Amino acid sequence: MKVDRAAVYDLLAEYGGLIDAAKYDEWLGLFAEECRYQIVPRENYDRGLPAALIFCDSRAVLEDRIRALREANKYNIHTDRHIIGLPRTLGAGNDELVVEAPFAVYQTDQEGETRLFAAGLYRDHLGPGEYGLKIRDKLILLDTFAVPSLLATPL
Amino acid sequence: MAMVTAAIWPALDYSRVPYRLYHDAEIYALEQERIFRGSAWSFLGLEAEIPEPGDCRASYVGETPIIFNRDETGTVKAFVNRCAHRGALVRRELSGNAAQHICIYHQWCYGLDGGLTAIPFRRGIRGKGGLDPSFEMSAHGLRPLRVGNINGALFGTLAEGAEPLEDYLGAPILIHLRRLFDRPVRVLGYNRQRIRGNWKLYAENTRDNYHASLLHEFLVTFGLDRSTQVGGVRMDPRHRHNITWAEADSDTDEFAHQAYSSARVRNDHLSLKEPALVTFRPEREDKLNIAITSVFPSAVFVQISNSLAVRQIRPRGVDEVEVFQTMIGYKDDPPEMTLHRLLQANLVGPAGLVSMEDGEAIEIAHRASKPDLDRTTVIELGGGGIISDRDYRVTDVPLRGFWSYYAELLGIEPEGAVR
Repeated sequence: MKVDRAAVYDLLAEYGGLIDAAKYDEWLGLFAEECRYQIVPRENYDRGLPAALIFCDSRAVLEDRIRALREANKYNIHTDRHIIGLPRTLGAGNDELVVEAPFAVYQTDQEGETRLFAAGLYRDHLGPGEYGLKIRDKLILLDTFAVPSLLATPL
Repeated sequence: MAMVTAAIWPALDYSRVPYRLYHDAEIYALEQERIFRGSAWSFLGLEAEIPEPGDCRASYVGETPIIFNRDETGTVKAFVNRCAHRGALVRRELSGNAAQHICIYHQWCYGLDGGLTAIPFRRGIRGKGGLDPSFEMSAHGLRPLRVGNINGALFGTLAEGAEPLEDYLGAPILIHLRRLFDRPVRVLGYNRQRIRGNWKLYAENTRDNYHASLLHEFLVTFGLDRSTQVGGVRMDPRHRHNITWAEADSDTDEFAHQAYSSARVRNDHLSLKEPALVTFRPEREDKLNIAITSVFPSAVFVQISNSLAVRQIRPRGVDEVEVFQTMIGYKDDPPEMTLHRLLQANLVGPAGLVSMEDGEAIEIAHRASKPDLDRTTVIELGGGGIISDRDYRVTDVPLRGFWSYYAELLGIEPEGAVR
């Protein structure tokens, strides 16, 4: 697959922007029909341990996550702000791109106090979709694995 | 000397807890001394984390850093992770394998039994400098902990006079730990959460059966657990520990709907696209699908459906607590069972579908109670008075057991108080 840098940038920008705007259904639309989404603490990844903080090994589980967030879960009232760094291409196959991008997420509470919530690295397997790229597999390596307060909204 | 005395308790059954106990720095220091460095047993970690001689792992007893390792003979030893010389951390890595522990500061060396084995330039250079010949190496080892082991779950205490671990835990807790650790375990990974609240709010939370299906709406909404199930709380004879338990498929939808509706609690039932998230696969002859065993002061052993975990509550000053959780399975789990556990690990931890709310609940309780230290919480679900096991779930009686033993260890137990 040809490395289309602009398409990768567009996808990452949409990804962060949609979460920060709490448009989770549109965010789900960035994923392929068959997809995986995982948030793994770096201390597990470095030791070869499989447990994740969020483990969605299918689109169904990812959709359940978002449904639970909306219908059942209670969490700190806040807004997210994603700062996604420059992606680098790790590989390009026939119909797949593998890219990596660093990220930081700041959370701001109702009284306007902002704190760094998470830093880490995205490792994405991307495939072609109807209008741009789709996420097939997103591994989020979480540097900030001592999670401040709790983790509810997606990274 | 802290000002706290037995007069702090407004009620002899611990049904009222002054907010001061969550916020006072002197009381916090007293807890570190009399509970964590006192006669309580703290959970350290798992034998499965140090399978080979020389394997070691860092942990905590309260705020005191410790290491536990397996020595050359295969015996598990634990010490305070602090050099006898300058008080520095001896082992900085969280885990590793080594024949000795060497402090980086002046390279004092300790064996796997904690004994001080070598000091650089002990006799100086060309007869000048170094330590006096009378310096006793044997008196300057790493401070040892007494180690107790329940089927691979390691506990430690700094108090030489502490009662034996089995007596400390008591029969009901021992039975549950031996049930959870009935086969060799495998560590699946760790997760950590920093909550801006006092550690005791978390210790109370794990003993509070009442909150479960109210705070964690996922439990009822997606059909994992309801207060109408057969269940209850069971404690050791001293009521310092607690098992919150429930049996799978032990109520009917109709009964549950009636109970929640008459309490005006939302109980619409939604279904998941991936039902395996909440599907309980029985692993034993008992029907327990919820078993949360809280061991005073700071350990929790958790079974929620097929997700299994051990938690350490790590105080981080009066205003913060780290919840350090180790996810486990069994060594003989087939790959698809491991996958099921990894899937159900979505339920627990800082992002857990049925646990994330605890972080928020503890923070709002800590925040709102701070300005008004002489006011109190109310602990009366299941009634006040005597502390005893209950075969129902709308109760927070085990919190009063926690406070009763807390008062005893802190030396602030009022005369005539319940135990």
